[in-house]
Amino acid sequence: MGKSIVVTSGKGGVGKTTAAANIGTGLAQIGRRVCLVDADIGLRNLDVVMGLENRIVYDLIDVVEGNCRIRSALIKDKRLENLFLLPAAQTREKDAVSPEQMQVLIEDLKKEFDYVLVDCPAGIEQGFKNAIAGADVAIIVTTPEVSAVRDADRIVGLLEASELYDPQLIINRIRPDMVRKGDMMTTEDIIDILAIKLLGIVPDDESIIVSTNRGEPSVLDKKSLSGQAFRNIVRRLEGASVPFLPIEERSVVKRLLRMFNNVSGRS
Amino acid sequence: MLEWLSRLFGATEQSKDKAKERLRLVLVHDRAVLSPGLLDALREEMIHVLSKYMEIDEKGLEVNLNRSDESVALVANIPVRRVKRKL
Ligand SMILES: Nc1ncnc2c1ncn2[C@@H]1O[C@H](COP(=O)(O)OP(=O)(O)OP(=O)(O)O)[C@@H](O)[C@H]1O
Ligand SMILES: [Mg+2]
Repeated sequence: MGKSIVVTSGKGGVGKTTAAANIGTGLAQIGRRVCLVDADIGLRNLDVVMGLENRIVYDLIDVVEGNCRIRSALIKDKRLENLFLLPAAQTREKDAVSPEQMQVLIEDLKKEFDYVLVDCPAGIEQGFKNAIAGADVAIIVTTPEVSAVRDADRIVGLLEASELYDPQLIINRIRPDMVRKGDMMTTEDIIDILAIKLLGIVPDDESIIVSTNRGEPSVLDKKSLSGQAFRNIVRRLEGASVPFLPIEERSVVKRLLRMFNNVSGRS
Repeated sequence: MLEWLSRLFGATEQSKDKAKERLRLVLVHDRAVLSPGLLDALREEMIHVLSKYMEIDEKGLEVNLNRSDESVALVANIPVRRVKRKL
């Protein structure tokens, strides 16, 4: 029996789909059998991020409504043979599927796969409830901004209310230059506020845009910094303890100032 | 001297500190939501505990979360009929 993981955030556009695609691909790369499920009904995107948009025949709603078997709706990845995508329906509403149906679907997939990764839509309504319905654990994605962190906190509460405890956090789009200047909250700041476990930090990285253009997750790119961040996340999900990327290293001046401050007792 | 150094390198008034402070305050409010179920459970248990010490008017019991700018308080109004003399 595999494990189901929902990737969620509350706020839109913070990188859920990017994270799901990269983590799924990364897990498949190390040999796990992975199924990506796009639960963003009506606004599917995981297919294009994975570069599989031309292969879609059936979708999640077809499976739920019994128009086809799960097998025939699953799209095999171009690069990795143990990676599959169950695409969302594009022309249907979010209420075309219920949390109960999602739960059954995810349970079925867990029998076949080591990991079932569900890409959740933004918001906290029906689409969110559907996406978390069959999840064993949750990954929350946020960016280092007030609004995104606030929404992430709300999601922590809503997940708890649905008996999904101990979510893990990915902080996406960190900009070391801004962190250094004190114009972006640090990982410690955010963890301090949300009080949940950190799964990974992903830098703001042009290669994400390039790889999305190509339909090839950056985790496949050995030279990409964000790809490295996602590979680390994958290893942590597998239970390894991997140090976090040193993208927040303080500048020399800051370090000096800190020393001064410590000496003069201002902490 | 140190103050001056700090200012020179822009160590004072960092916008991320502002962000953190604002987040802290807004979350105090956001988090102060007791679901109806939890509120009912709290009310029941309060009645149970208080009844050991006094006779209270259960129907008149009010329990609420009150929010002000920087804090949230649990405010209870509990009409007492009679206080017991001993446990
Ligand atoms: N680390 C990053 N560096 C640079 N760009 C990024 C990064 N992460 C995500 N992006 C870009 O941000 C945009 C939104 O990302 P994505 O679609 O993954 O977010 P989402 O949370 O799934 O959005 P939605 O809520 O609409 O489903 C995309 O254009 C993506 O390429
Ligand atoms: Mg998305």
